[in-house]
Amino acid sequence: MDDLYRDYILEHYKHPRNFGELEPHDLSAHAVNPLCGDEMGVHIKVADGKVVDLRFHGHGCAISQAAASIASEELIGMDLDDVAALDADWVLDLLGIPISATRRKCALLNLKVVREAVSGDDSWPVGATR
Amino acid sequence: MSVAVDRPSLALDVRGDFPILARRIDGRPLVYLDSANTSQKPRQVIAAIDAHYAEHNANIHRAVYTLAHEATEAFEGARERIAAFTGATVEGTIFTKNATEAINLVAYAWGRANVGPGDAVLITEMEHHSNLVPWQVLCAERGAELRYLTVSPEDGTLSLDQLDAELAAGDVRVVAFAHVSNVLGTINPVAEMCARVRAAGAVAVVDGAQGVPQMPVDFGALGADFYAWTGHKALGPTGIGVLHGRPELLEAMPPFLTGGDMIGSVSRDMTTWNELPWKFEAGTSVIAQAVGLGAAIDYLAALGMANVRGHERALSEYALDRLATVPGLRILGPATAADRGGVISFAVDGIHPHDVAELLNRDNVCVRAGHHCAQVLMGCLGVGATARVSFGPYNGAEDVDALVASLSRAREVFGL
Repeated sequence: MDDLYRDYILEHYKHPRNFGELEPHDLSAHAVNPLCGDEMGVHIKVADGKVVDLRFHGHGCAISQAAASIASEELIGMDLDDVAALDADWVLDLLGIPISATRRKCALLNLKVVREAVSGDDSWPVGATR
Repeated sequence: MSVAVDRPSLALDVRGDFPILARRIDGRPLVYLDSANTSQKPRQVIAAIDAHYAEHNANIHRAVYTLAHEATEAFEGARERIAAFTGATVEGTIFTKNATEAINLVAYAWGRANVGPGDAVLITEMEHHSNLVPWQVLCAERGAELRYLTVSPEDGTLSLDQLDAELAAGDVRVVAFAHVSNVLGTINPVAEMCARVRAAGAVAVVDGAQGVPQMPVDFGALGADFYAWTGHKALGPTGIGVLHGRPELLEAMPPFLTGGDMIGSVSRDMTTWNELPWKFEAGTSVIAQAVGLGAAIDYLAALGMANVRGHERALSEYALDRLATVPGLRILGPATAADRGGVISFAVDGIHPHDVAELLNRDNVCVRAGHHCAQVLMGCLGVGATARVSFGPYNGAEDVDALVASLSRAREVFGL
């Protein structure tokens, strides 16, 4: 079996959860990966300070799409304050595959967009341990 | 699906001249298919740079000792051979840092003096960012309009009729376009386009970064006003580009960068400029890089550029045929090798280009994936990125075979 392209990664890539648009939505953001031109947007619906629904859209590689799909299942139901505090380690741990420096932005693009939607912070996420 | 495709008979067999191609990674050979990004270097080029630093290193144009004479002669000798190689004048052959800087030289020094409000700059949708952004910035600064020739989504070509119509508007001051598209491989009809541009009283700027490395280029015969290219794609070192320009235009232009070496004389309040080409070479020059590029040009001249073109054309034809056997693979750009340089962009259904490149790397197959610094073109093609293979004179049919085999394995990983 391939280290990077594990079954669950490919499964999320081919059948992404929470893919599409959400109208109306309360929060949104959009970003590109400058290295490859991949794009990702997110729509979020909020109630009582929590993410009650979320859709992501755009185009990207298996890593970026799987990261967004897997993360979406965790993000729905989360407090906005907690979302804003998520770091790179969170999504890299969720992915559970070795991410090289050249693919790091693929893995982090979704979290970057989600954090921007929630807090306005458009910086690339960093991690405490890597 | 399996279709038998005969291996081509190729003009060149020079892999042995390129030390890096003997390298093995994880015990397996290197399949280098990214020459449009940067070419590998023959040992002759590496040896020339080594010998320069080991035996002849000194600054040029100023000291009177033997080393300085040798370095100056090596530097100016390289310029003379490069000018001869590309059919340009010596005074109209300027060394820059790369092709991007060469185009910026034109956009700044010529553009700021000649493009103003109400004028238009015409480029094409297939341009590399290096031949797009400098014009965008110029137009924004000078209040000029930036217009684009469209690229046919079917075969990746430009329309001469559209060029004529744009020129007929009467406001176009400069037309800038690629000799060969770095994404689609399209070989544009440069001589035909330059003739029309100049007949309309506009200036023709050609981005030849993908031209000089793979086909005979005669600046005079092409009829361009400016022609920019870069050393590292033409078997030479990084850090050196070339701008060929018509001397009468260069004479009339203000300098681009100012400082040492580009001056005639300096007084407290004013400076006169050096003669061509040195007027446009401020500061200590790219000396070792010019020596290396001179050796690269000698090497290419010995191969014969018609042979290089024939070699890469035959290889492209073989690759187009072999890639057509891969299920779900779609090739972008001209359908036949006769109309394209040695670069092939493609998409594989169900696998993103980045994942294609990642999986090919498992087999040491080096390809580029991404927008190839051509985001406007990506938008026209309706894709965010492509995978791209490109050839050098050192590639052979076995490299294409390795590519196709690796693509099959990539499809398997994705369950296709």
